[in-house]
Amino acid sequence: MFAYYFDLAFRSLKRNKALTALMVLAIALGIGACMTTLTVLHVLSGDPLPQRSGSLYYPQIDPRDMVDYGPNVEPPEQLSWVDGMYLLHAKRAARQALMTGGMVPLQPTQSTVDPFQAVALYTSSDFFPMFGVPFKYGTGWVDTEDEGKARVAVISASLNDKLFGGKNSVGQVLRLQETAFRIIGVLGDWHPNPHFYEWYMGSYASDEDVYLPLTTARDLKMEHDGSTDCWGNSGGDPEHLETVNCTWLQFWVQLDTPASVADYKSFLEHYSQDQHTAGRFLRPPNVRLRNLMQWLDYLQVVPSDTRLQMWLSLGFLAVCLINTVGLMLAKFMRRASELSVRRALGASQRALFGQLLIESGVVGLLGGLGGLLLALFGLWLVRQQPADYAELARMDIAMLLTTLIIAVGASLIAGLLPAWRACHVAPALQLKGN
Amino acid sequence: MDIRPILSTLRRHKFTACLLIAEIALTCAIVCNAVFLIGQRLERMDMTTGIAEHELVYVHMAYIGMPSDGMARSAADVAALRQITGVKSVTMMNQIPFGDSSSNMGLRIDQTQQKDTINSAQYFGENMVQTYGLQVVAGRDFQPEEYQDLDKVFAGLRKGDLNALPKSALVTQAVANRLWPGQSPLGKQVYVGQGIPLTVVGVLKQLARPNQFEKGAQYSVINPIRIAMSQGAIYVLRCAPQDRDQVLKEALAKLKALDPNRIVLNKGTEDQLRHNYFRNDRAMAGILLGVCIALLVVTALGIVGLASFWVAQRNRSIGVRRALGATRRNILSYFQTENFLLTTIGIALGMVLAYGINLFLIMHYELPRLPAIYFPIGAVTLWAIGQAAVLGPALRAAAVPPVVATRSV
Repeated sequence: MFAYYFDLAFRSLKRNKALTALMVLAIALGIGACMTTLTVLHVLSGDPLPQRSGSLYYPQIDPRDMVDYGPNVEPPEQLSWVDGMYLLHAKRAARQALMTGGMVPLQPTQSTVDPFQAVALYTSSDFFPMFGVPFKYGTGWVDTEDEGKARVAVISASLNDKLFGGKNSVGQVLRLQETAFRIIGVLGDWHPNPHFYEWYMGSYASDEDVYLPLTTARDLKMEHDGSTDCWGNSGGDPEHLETVNCTWLQFWVQLDTPASVADYKSFLEHYSQDQHTAGRFLRPPNVRLRNLMQWLDYLQVVPSDTRLQMWLSLGFLAVCLINTVGLMLAKFMRRASELSVRRALGASQRALFGQLLIESGVVGLLGGLGGLLLALFGLWLVRQQPADYAELARMDIAMLLTTLIIAVGASLIAGLLPAWRACHVAPALQLKGN
Repeated sequence: MDIRPILSTLRRHKFTACLLIAEIALTCAIVCNAVFLIGQRLERMDMTTGIAEHELVYVHMAYIGMPSDGMARSAADVAALRQITGVKSVTMMNQIPFGDSSSNMGLRIDQTQQKDTINSAQYFGENMVQTYGLQVVAGRDFQPEEYQDLDKVFAGLRKGDLNALPKSALVTQAVANRLWPGQSPLGKQVYVGQGIPLTVVGVLKQLARPNQFEKGAQYSVINPIRIAMSQGAIYVLRCAPQDRDQVLKEALAKLKALDPNRIVLNKGTEDQLRHNYFRNDRAMAGILLGVCIALLVVTALGIVGLASFWVAQRNRSIGVRRALGATRRNILSYFQTENFLLTTIGIALGMVLAYGINLFLIMHYELPRLPAIYFPIGAVTLWAIGQAAVLGPALRAAAVPPVVATRSV
């Protein structure tokens, strides 16, 4: 029966090639545009650390003066050195790490490579175990090396490939800003996207080359990049960032149970209250403790243009579907006499409905396949764009299946109404008319 | 032309007609908003900066090891760069329009004020007016003795010594009009930080901030502060547009010869900076344009498809009408009027929808309201497309001979 309906569907579609092509093309264009933008959105709003994101939190406190104070103001996005160091050393969470990004001049010992600016992250020892950073060789540093401002470095796999040809470089010397660092670890595959823990250097595809202890970086007066937000008359002097009234550090904590989250929040409130009483914080306590995904949501890392493109493509798909429904309806209604003959010969309404639905399903399947090709082409176009996330725009299996399901589903819905109306023709009236 | 028979025919094809109307309405709404968005992007890309954009090249460098005599070295660099043939002026600046970093400050007109009146970009560097090609429309440029070194400014801020700080400022007309509407800004005091006073000595016609234009594209202030390369300064050179490549090449060679112990972070022309700054807007405008064209084409093809079906379906009744004396013109105008009716209803609904989408965009993307001019333009476009699309099928209908009426099926 199915095979016979398919045969009928293909015959009917072949009878009017231009119209079939138009319907297939409309669905393909709509699906293609839609899947391109949905894939980009899916990639950009993904969870950077699916196993750990639930227990990673970003504490915020408000140390500013009363200028621009108002109710419901959000605390600054970063911490000052004084507060950051206090929270880091308090060790009230299972793990915690303080960090900021920067650029550091790297002088390779190999004469074939010119000196260049390496992207660096200055952080503390818990960074590696807390985020579950994979190591290819060696390990991260420990607390005592943070305190001792040790000249140690962890490098990325790509920098290791560039400088040491991918060999185990643990123990080798790395010259950064005219200082010798000992390499103690080489990272494995570590590309969290969005780049959640340090977003000023770029929210996507912005992996660091080297990781250094924050204390060492400050000891050597390494330049910090990103945002420095100051209040009062401090002026953001880069030489004295430890004492100025500026926020410029990011702080992450690992809290594994709901109770520890509540405890940490009250710890932040108490700290703010103490500082307020002591006169250092002029504002009343104002703290936030968002988890990773809430934090990304708050930062609005997904570019608004990407969302706009998704809405635009959904609108486009709607127009394409309405177009197809209209054409399919016209087509089915025109075959009223043929359908009447089949009804008169004994076909049930259900049989006719099924047959017409298969016909629209075939259009949908063809449109979906076309849409898939167009989506792959669309993603290739996105990758040619100048945005920093361009490289990430690739289709995965989940999106591939979604595309096909949406395509067939959409065209079945598009076929449902026309088929329903067409199978309700009154056979006697139609036959008499002829 | 009597539209009653058309309406009664459409009543028999209610559902199909409704679909066509819905399609036209959606297309109209999306196209109106998309064209509006394209206009917004183009307007953004067209912004003026007030600087001699086609005459500037820049070099941004970093030292491998920090020198202790940064200011003296930078002065030597500037002196050497001035020797390059074709160079009209050289300066070291903290930032440049369309660059990727920005230094900003809050401005207040009253010392006791709790909230900043505006947030403006803070430019500093010697000799900026001449090098950037700025136009001073009132007052004067800074005198050489007004300049302070940045490290001394920082030291002064740390100690709370206001004497080490600059005392004058140049502001743009946009800043002056916002802070002191209708008054002359010359000699007025503006307060930054915790009540640090600056006296306005000159007014600039225009100077765009480096980025973050949503805070007020023309809100910029210049302070008389000298900055060295070791503090992150950018070398900016002014020359004739045709000399830019040559000047940039020579400047790089000269800087490298003076001190090879540094890395070039970034270099190029101001025109390239502008091009790069707006590349996302350009890409988005292209996407929007593509979607508009695709939508209009799909809708036009949909109209062609449906009209062809209706013509084929009514073949016999057209023949009857022709046999009863209707001219080809009558048949042609019948289909044209039918299309006009459907399109008009679609456009009317589309306008309401367009307004709704615009409200949504205003809420989520901080866009201005859709100007009324888009409605008639959108309507005329869709009418034209509808008429063009229906013409083919309508002509085919008009060509149906009266003899069809006598044939069965």
